[in-house]
Amino acid sequence: MRRMLIAAALALSASAALAQSTIRIGLQDDIGSLDPARSVQFVDRIVFASLCNSLVDVTPDLKIVPMLATSWTTSADGRSMTFKLRQGVKFQNDEPFNAAAVKANLDRYRTLPTSNRKSELSSVDHVEVVDNSTVKIVLKQPDAALLATLSDRAGMMLAPGTLSDAAGVASHPVCSGPYKFVQRVQNDRVVLEKYAGYWDADKYPIQRVVFQPIPDSTVRLANLRSGSLDMLERLAPSDVASVKGDASLQFKPVTGLGFYYVTFNINNGARGNGPLKDKRVREAFELSIDRDAIDQVIGAGIFAPANQGIPKSSPYYNTSLPTTKRDVAKARALLKASGHEHLTIEFAYPNNTVASQITQMLQAMLSESGITLKLRPSDYATELNAGHSGDFEAMYTGWSGRVDPDGNLHQFNTCTGNLNYAHYCNQQVDALLDAARTKLAVAERKADYDAAGKILADDAPIVYLYAQPWPFVLSKKVQGFTPSADGLVRLRGVSVKG
Amino acid sequence: MLPIIANRLLVAVPTLILVSMLIFGLQKLLPGDPVLAMAGEDQDAQVIATLRVKYHLDQPVPKQYAIWVSDVVHGNLGSSLRTDVPVRFLIAQKLPVTLQLALMAMVLAIGIGIPAGVVSAASRGGPLDHAANIAALSGMSIPNFWLGIMLIFIVSVRWHLLPSSGYVPPSEDLWLSIKTMLMPAFVLGAALGAQLMRHTRSAMLGVLRTDYIRTARAKGLLRGAVVVKHAFRNALIPIVTVLALLFGELLAGAVLTEQVFTIPGFGKLVVDAVFNRDYPVVQGVVLVTALAFIVVNLCADVLYMLLNPRLRRS
Repeated sequence: MRRMLIAAALALSASAALAQSTIRIGLQDDIGSLDPARSVQFVDRIVFASLCNSLVDVTPDLKIVPMLATSWTTSADGRSMTFKLRQGVKFQNDEPFNAAAVKANLDRYRTLPTSNRKSELSSVDHVEVVDNSTVKIVLKQPDAALLATLSDRAGMMLAPGTLSDAAGVASHPVCSGPYKFVQRVQNDRVVLEKYAGYWDADKYPIQRVVFQPIPDSTVRLANLRSGSLDMLERLAPSDVASVKGDASLQFKPVTGLGFYYVTFNINNGARGNGPLKDKRVREAFELSIDRDAIDQVIGAGIFAPANQGIPKSSPYYNTSLPTTKRDVAKARALLKASGHEHLTIEFAYPNNTVASQITQMLQAMLSESGITLKLRPSDYATELNAGHSGDFEAMYTGWSGRVDPDGNLHQFNTCTGNLNYAHYCNQQVDALLDAARTKLAVAERKADYDAAGKILADDAPIVYLYAQPWPFVLSKKVQGFTPSADGLVRLRGVSVKG
Repeated sequence: MLPIIANRLLVAVPTLILVSMLIFGLQKLLPGDPVLAMAGEDQDAQVIATLRVKYHLDQPVPKQYAIWVSDVVHGNLGSSLRTDVPVRFLIAQKLPVTLQLALMAMVLAIGIGIPAGVVSAASRGGPLDHAANIAALSGMSIPNFWLGIMLIFIVSVRWHLLPSSGYVPPSEDLWLSIKTMLMPAFVLGAALGAQLMRHTRSAMLGVLRTDYIRTARAKGLLRGAVVVKHAFRNALIPIVTVLALLFGELLAGAVLTEQVFTIPGFGKLVVDAVFNRDYPVVQGVVLVTALAFIVVNLCADVLYMLLNPRLRRS
C-alpha cells in the first residue's frame, strides 16, 4: 500500500513537472481575415507566424533566412529569382508542398480581385515551375524588396487544393506551418493545434496555441496576472513600472520596425495651402519637440526617439542623420522669419490613450514656441478618411513597419505614394527611392537611401517622433521566447512549464 | 388574446422598416469610409477601387439600401466587410452569448431587486428600507465599466476566485460557463437590480396604501400573506412594464460589459463593427436587436393580460 502511495505521489509530481501543453496569448486587436491574400492588420501576422510558413523568414537582426525555400539565386540582370524548395514538406491536410503549389499561391495573390498582395508583388511578371522542387520568379524589373516581401503574407503558402473556395480559406486556412487551424470565434479566440506532420515539429514543445484578442490593455494585463493568459503583446507604457516590479512576470520589450510620426498637409486639397506649406514652419514644429521627454514621460523608456523611417536594427539605418534637439529660441526665430509669430494649427490624431497623451504633450511643448495646437481626436476610420481627402493640417499617426526600407519610405514620400497624405512631391526623392528598389547590392541601395533621407530630413514633410515598440509581457512559466523587431510571436523553442 | 398578438406583430413590420432605414442612413452620415478601413495600413489604390465595386459602395445610398433590403428579404444579411464571415453566421455565434449574459443579469437583477423592493416597502422607514435604498443608489450610480475593472482586480487578480474574462459555452463546460459569466452578469445586473428595486418599492408603497389592503389586514390576515399575495401581484404590472423597458437598457449595458470582460457577444461585435465601418454587420445586428426588443415588449403585453384579467376583454 505504501509503495503504491509513493508511486502515485511520484507520478503526480512527474506530471506536474511536465510542460503545460497550451499557451494563451493576449492580443491587442481582434484578428481580421485569416486569408493571407486578404489580411491587412498587423495582429493577423502574429497568428500567421504559427499557422503558415512563408518561403523565407526573418531573423531578429533582420536577415532573410530559409524557411520553405532552402536557397535562392538571383540572375545577373536581377530579373529573375530561382528558389530551391524544402523537400518532404506537407500542408496541414497532407497535400505535398512543391513548386506547383508555390506557383498556385503566388498566382492567386497576384490575380485574386480582392487580393491585398497585388501591389507587393507588382514587380512579378510570372512564375515558372522549373521542376518539382525548383521555382523561378520572373520579374518585370529587379526588385530588391522581393525577398522581404516573400517573408511576409505574400510568401505564405496555402494548400493548393483549398484555394478555389475563397470563403473557405478565410474561415479555415490550411497552411504548412507548425500549428494547424482548429477554431475561430470572432472577438474571442483563434485556436491552433500542433501539426504532427510539420517538418520541424520536434522544435515546438507547445501543443495548442490560443490567441485571445483583449483590446483593453489594463484588462489584458489583469488576465495575465490572474493566470488566464501566458503572455501578451503591446503592454501599455503606463503599466511598464508595475510589470517590472512584479516577480511573477517577465518584461520583454523590443524596438520595432515601425514609427509614430506627424505628417503635415503640404499640398493635399484646400487645406494644404496653410502656413505649414512653409518649410521653416515645419522645422520650427520639429525644433519645439523634445523626443526624450516623450520617451520618459509617456513611453516609460520604451518610446525610442526616431529621426527617420528606417529602423535602427536595419543595415540601411542612416547613422549620420542628426536627431533634432529641442531649441525653442531657434523655433521662434524661424517662425518669425516665416511671418507667423503666433499661429494655430489643427492637429488630428486617433482617439486612444497614448495618442491623447502624446498630443497633449506636443501641445504644451509647441505653445512655448508660439504654435497653438487645436486638438481634433477621431476614430481610426475617420482619420484615414481625413488623410486621403486632405481634411487636416497636421496629423499624428503610426506605421507598423516593414523589414525592407522600401516599405517604410516609398509609399510615404513619393509623389503618388498611397500613404503620402501630405502630397509631398520631390522628383529627386522619387528618383532615389525608385532607384533603390531595383538595386541589389546593399551598399548601392544604402547610398540612395542616405541621399533621400537627407533631403527628406531637410524638407520635413514628416516629423518622426519615436520608434514603434513591441513590449511583450510573459508569465515566468514561459521559457525560450525571443522578441523580434517585427513584433511577431515565433513559438519555435518556446515552452510553458506547468 | 390572439388577435391582439397578431395586431402587435403587424405593427412590428413598419417599425422594423423604419429602424433599418434609420440605421442605414445614420451609418452613412458617419465620417470614415469602410473601404479605407478595410484596405488596412497599406491603402493600396487598386484594392480600394476593387472593394468599392464589390460591396456596391460606388452606388448611390438609396440603391445600396434597396440591394441590402432585397438581400435581407431573401434571407441574406451579407458578409462582414472586415473578415468575410457571413453576418448570419456571426449573429448565430454571438446571440447565444449575449442572451446568456442578459438572462443571468436579469435573473440576478430580479432575484435581488424585486425582493429587496418588497421588503423595503413593507418596512418603510426602517433600517432595512434604508439599507436597500443605499444599495440601490450605489448600484445606479457606479458606472459599470468601473465596477467591472474593480471586480476583475479584486476577485480575479487578487483572490483568483473567478476567471477574469472571456467566454465558455455552456455546452462545453456548464459550471465554468456560469463561473465566467458571473462577474459580468453581476455588473450588468447591478444597475438593473437597483432600478427594479426602486420601481418595486414605489409600486408596492402605492398598493399598500389602498383600501383593499387595509381591509385584508383588518380581516386579520397575516402581514406576509397580505404583502405577497394581495399587494405584490397588483404591484407587478408596473414592474413588468419596467422590466420590458429595462431590456433595452440591458442590451446597451451589454455593449460596455462585454467590452470590459472581453465577452464575444453582440455588444462587442457591434462596437468593433462601428469602428471598422463594417456596415453589413452593424445593420444585421441592429435589425436583430430591434426584433428582439419588439418580441420582448410583445411578451410583456401578454404578461399583462395574464396578470390582469380585465385587459383580456378589451
